[in-house]
Amino acid sequence: MEFFGLIFGLNVFDSMLRVSAPLLLACLAGLYSERSGVFDIGLEGKMLAGAFAGASAGYVSGSAWIGLLAAIAASVFLALVHGFASITHRGNQIVSGVAINFIAAGSGVILGQAWFRQGGRTPSLPNEARFNAIDLPFATAISDVPFIGPIYSGLISGHSILVYFAFAMVPITWWILFRTRFGLRLRAVGENPAAVDTAGISVIWLRYRAVIICGALCGVAGAYLSMAQNAGFVKDMSAGRGFIALAALIFAKWRPLNAMFACLLFGYLDAVAIVLQGKEIPFVGHVPVQVFQALPYVLTVILLAGFIGKAIPPKAGGVPYVKER
Amino acid sequence: MATPYAKLPAWVDFGLIPFINLLVAFIVAGMVVLLVGESPLHAATLMVKGAFGSGEGVGYTLFYATNFIFTGLAVAVAFHCGLFNIGGEGQAYIAGLGVAVPCLMLDSFLPWPVVFLVAILGSAAIGAAWAFIPAYLQARRGSHIVITTIMFNFIASSVMVYLLVGALKPKGSMAPQTRTFLEGGHLPKLDWLLELFGASIRSTPLNVTFLLALVASAVVWALVWRTKLGYEIRTLGFSPKAARYAGINEAKIIVITMMISGALAGMMALNPIMGDQHRLQLDFVTGAGFVGIAVALMGRSHPAGIIPAAILFGMLYQGGAEISFEMPNISRDMIVIIQGLVILFAGALEHMLRPTVSTLFASMKPSSMTVDGAVAGDN
Repeated sequence: MEFFGLIFGLNVFDSMLRVSAPLLLACLAGLYSERSGVFDIGLEGKMLAGAFAGASAGYVSGSAWIGLLAAIAASVFLALVHGFASITHRGNQIVSGVAINFIAAGSGVILGQAWFRQGGRTPSLPNEARFNAIDLPFATAISDVPFIGPIYSGLISGHSILVYFAFAMVPITWWILFRTRFGLRLRAVGENPAAVDTAGISVIWLRYRAVIICGALCGVAGAYLSMAQNAGFVKDMSAGRGFIALAALIFAKWRPLNAMFACLLFGYLDAVAIVLQGKEIPFVGHVPVQVFQALPYVLTVILLAGFIGKAIPPKAGGVPYVKER
Repeated sequence: MATPYAKLPAWVDFGLIPFINLLVAFIVAGMVVLLVGESPLHAATLMVKGAFGSGEGVGYTLFYATNFIFTGLAVAVAFHCGLFNIGGEGQAYIAGLGVAVPCLMLDSFLPWPVVFLVAILGSAAIGAAWAFIPAYLQARRGSHIVITTIMFNFIASSVMVYLLVGALKPKGSMAPQTRTFLEGGHLPKLDWLLELFGASIRSTPLNVTFLLALVASAVVWALVWRTKLGYEIRTLGFSPKAARYAGINEAKIIVITMMISGALAGMMALNPIMGDQHRLQLDFVTGAGFVGIAVALMGRSHPAGIIPAAILFGMLYQGGAEISFEMPNISRDMIVIIQGLVILFAGALEHMLRPTVSTLFASMKPSSMTVDGAVAGDN
């Protein structure tokens, strides 16, 4: 059937991977932070700051890697602001996250206008300052092999290095969280910080490290947006991806592997919405594109309501730790 | 959890500390202005002049403030119950239907007061309904209200785009908006109010919704501090355990509070739609729902604080537009930064300077404050 060819086409899965990579990075970023007990609705802002810093530094230096470092630095700076407010000063984590989103959204445009005078966008990046698609070894050689060939050369090969990094971070995150001492402590501090404190481990420092990792990953996600997917920064280019990542994190019940599937699902919805634009779905008829756009949010609400399993957040999430005296 | 900081006189707690926090926020904003190569003082003068220098400026300032009073009250009511309604943006957006649909149906044969009344009820009802679902899910199924209200902002946006490019758009039109309302869908301007103060003006969008916002502020004050419901809301917000022990129906209060909050956010839609544009457009809320968070934090969730905070943000919006004529480096996005800084310093970091202030007071009045001051100094 033509319809199934359309929605299960190789190009749909290919764009699914592209779309889900930044979601996945931001989602894993949130995972570290929230597993340590620090809620973070500032993923969006950190991504945006990363996108702006990456594109600016990339343009000025002409090097993609310097851009990436700048993106990580900007995003980690905002993460530290979040940590300073919500860990050191025990402020409200939600309020702090909201603040970071606004500060990032405004400063990208203001600084961009002051530095480049192109109405708040950065100049478009030359090729060497971008993360371009890379062909994996033998991609062309085996492209004629039936079945495996197209999948390898059409789907798996030909993405930017940041996409591979995003997907590599899934097992790495799993390993860090569930197989290292640091991961055990990180999860413990999100469930029962008093116990961690009693064991003589600093709750504050653990949470700061989680927040810094969160910032670094958001920075990479931002760099992907402005230096791989696009060639430069434009106003509000994160377009709610930070919130979709947050939704995916809940959808994944705060687990790394589930996070990948949730991001792939949301990425797939996005990719399908594009190919289905203006087309009819059999037995259903015309489905407006807005349905696909709203679906990740609707699914998350349904999940949160406890109709598809139950999403239980880390127990100490959102609660600042006060040492007993 | 005991309050980790020493007790301070009320005027310091409710006056001085919030003021210092705001000051810090504006100093940091000034540093951003400096960073882009403009003079912060000059920018501030331009802004105040743009906002209050002419009758028109005042009109626009108060027009924007009207939006922020509604959204600020919405956030504040939820705060009193310990809830964070981050969905004011979506509630106001979808409530645009509650304004536009009565206007489209009734504007040809009814006078504005009747249409206004229907639109008030319509916007409040739809705003409340949009807040009801997250509230119910929080109260009955334990899903986090912050997350669900964020999700509902995006869902509202999709629904509105769908309706505005489809059913609500007049046939043959390309723009995603409804038709322009007839006379019955236009609210009277408040030019006469400004003229009372001696300002002569051509035209500003300031309209009777401003008066409605003032009435709403009074009603919210009475509701929160002078009724049984308000007492229950504050009790639940202050100590859920105490509320449960006192036999307060937690789920009921959460749902009612959120619906009041949603209704207030929804009524914001009246101002731009019936008062200014006379049609329903895409993205007419333009972030007012989020400004409400800053306004509520700055106004300490009290109407007496929210109104001046809303006027301050109205000034930033109007004055910000004026600045961008003279200083091309400073666009309206500067306000977004200021908004973020206010939320950061007046909200998340509200206790940052408290130990310093406590110690300062302890050293000034050694007789009464030494013990507390010593404790605070330890922090």
